[in-house]
Amino acid sequence: MAIIKTEHLSHVYSPGTPFEKTAIGDVNLEIEQGDFVGVIGHTGSGKSTLIQHLNGLLEPTSGKVWVDGKDIWENKKQIRQVRFLVGMVFQYPEYQLFEETVFRDIAFGPTNMGLSEEEIKQSVLEAMEFVGLDPSYADKSPFDLSGGQKRRVAIAGVIAMRPKVLILDEPTAGLDPKGRDMILNQIKSYHEKTGSTILLVSHSMEDIAKFAKKVLVINQSKVFAYDTVEKVFSRREELIEMGLNIPQISNVFHTLAQKGYPVSERVYTVQAAKEELLRVLRERGAAHD
Amino acid sequence: MIRDITLGQFFPGQSPVHRMDPRMKVLLTIVYIILLFSVGNWLGFLVVILFLAVSIGISKIPFKLMIKGVKPIIPLIVFTSILNMFFVAGDPIFKIGFFKITIEGVVLAAKMAFRIVALIVGTSLLTYTTSPIALTDAIESLLKPLKKVKFPVHEMAMMMSIALRFIPTLIEETDKIMSAQKARGADLESGSLMQRAKALVPILIPLFISAFRRAEELALAMECRCYQGGEGRTRMRQLKYGRLDLYAAIFSLLCLVGVILINLFAPVIP
Ligand SMILES: Nc1ncnc2c1ncn2[C@@H]1O[C@H](COP(=O)(O)OP(=O)(O)O)[C@@H](O)[C@H]1O
Ligand SMILES: [Mg+2]
Repeated sequence: MAIIKTEHLSHVYSPGTPFEKTAIGDVNLEIEQGDFVGVIGHTGSGKSTLIQHLNGLLEPTSGKVWVDGKDIWENKKQIRQVRFLVGMVFQYPEYQLFEETVFRDIAFGPTNMGLSEEEIKQSVLEAMEFVGLDPSYADKSPFDLSGGQKRRVAIAGVIAMRPKVLILDEPTAGLDPKGRDMILNQIKSYHEKTGSTILLVSHSMEDIAKFAKKVLVINQSKVFAYDTVEKVFSRREELIEMGLNIPQISNVFHTLAQKGYPVSERVYTVQAAKEELLRVLRERGAAHD
Repeated sequence: MIRDITLGQFFPGQSPVHRMDPRMKVLLTIVYIILLFSVGNWLGFLVVILFLAVSIGISKIPFKLMIKGVKPIIPLIVFTSILNMFFVAGDPIFKIGFFKITIEGVVLAAKMAFRIVALIVGTSLLTYTTSPIALTDAIESLLKPLKKVKFPVHEMAMMMSIALRFIPTLIEETDKIMSAQKARGADLESGSLMQRAKALVPILIPLFISAFRRAEELALAMECRCYQGGEGRTRMRQLKYGRLDLYAAIFSLLCLVGVILINLFAPVIP
């Protein structure tokens, strides 16, 4: 069953004023439980607006959103429950930290859920482990940490609610390469261990190809494509035309194939590239023997 | 949403009113306020209407926008009008027990209501046609004489323009932080007063931290460009009075003189 479903979902900002802006229009989506979905699209295409509908932070101008089989706006009073089910990590989440200690900040979500002391403690420590924060950080002030560590505290603050769906809006923006890899790998292992559904908004086609199973492409407030990584990135020309790209390594293989080398163009990660090159070289070697 | 609040309601344009020197606009707004409160009878109000009609017409600001500015103070107008109607002594035209409405009261209430509306419309014409930066420039320039008594005019104007500049930024930031805390289940809409006040902590702390961070960054950026206050500072955009300002001043003064003459020679009209 689809964990998230939208039907004719549209959102208009500041309706009826000169600043009226349709940020998303007529979005129909079905996201299956347990999928790892990469979300790509030009700045201003409506990615952030779309994902804020999935946990009820924005109310649709028209259309419907179902989470776990329930229309989330059917009962407005219950909208907080949806936010525990669908965890959302905003862009630059470290700016939301406010507590005196790392532990208490991460515990903010679980406390709002009304969990018991014991459950809170357990979920906080578990979340810290998922993001690779040593338990010794629990009593430190979040404001004394480095940028990357702050961000991990903020992500832990959402993971601690144990959401069935975890949405991350550009979680690696502004981090150094090591910090980026670390966070993405932690998200991946969280996905594998808990079987939760992940939506990852990113501008890095490499990261999307490496981690996601499916790709959602938003273009000019509409869904342009929602399909597997291979199928989406095989539409190279269209993606480039809308100001997006395909992974660099795929571009390399595209050029190689154009120049007449017997390589496949369906290579999206460095790992796959290595295997493809070895395959081609081995075949050549065999032909020379 | 918090973002929908409009502050510093500048409505960009190229009309003669927009192009006037902001100092002249501030001065003429003061003249207008004096004019408005020296009006004694209905003939005088016609002059006020003429003044507003001409200025708004030239400024090309949509009339709807003008009305929008009046809306929030309608309760205030209604309240003062009712007070005036009931509590001014004179000939009663309507009476229930202790309460009575007098002719004088109705006239005074109507005049008061008209004055308040005209005041809002007139002053919002200033903010609609003048960018906040131009406005602070004008205030700085007009208050310059206060420097003689060691009043830090330039510093005050700089503080004002920085504050104005950062209002939209802070509103946007508040919006983001609120969304982020709501996503973690923060409940901002229900509970007792105490609980609601407590629920603001997760929003105010990040907001203060980011405001301080921005202030520090801005201070650093200003120091990098050798900012050192008003001493010996020249301006890129010099304020200069032009022909438009002369016309506007003549028109305004004619209106003022008109009102004074009406007051002197036609005092019998209520
Ligand atoms: N709170 C808002 N008020 C008005 N317009 C907005 C708001 N948030 C976003 N927009 C506009 O909606 C469009 C989509 O924005 P967004 O969803 O943030 O795109 P993305 O995340 O893909 O960059 C943009 O044109 C943006 O300017
Ligand atoms: Mg965005």
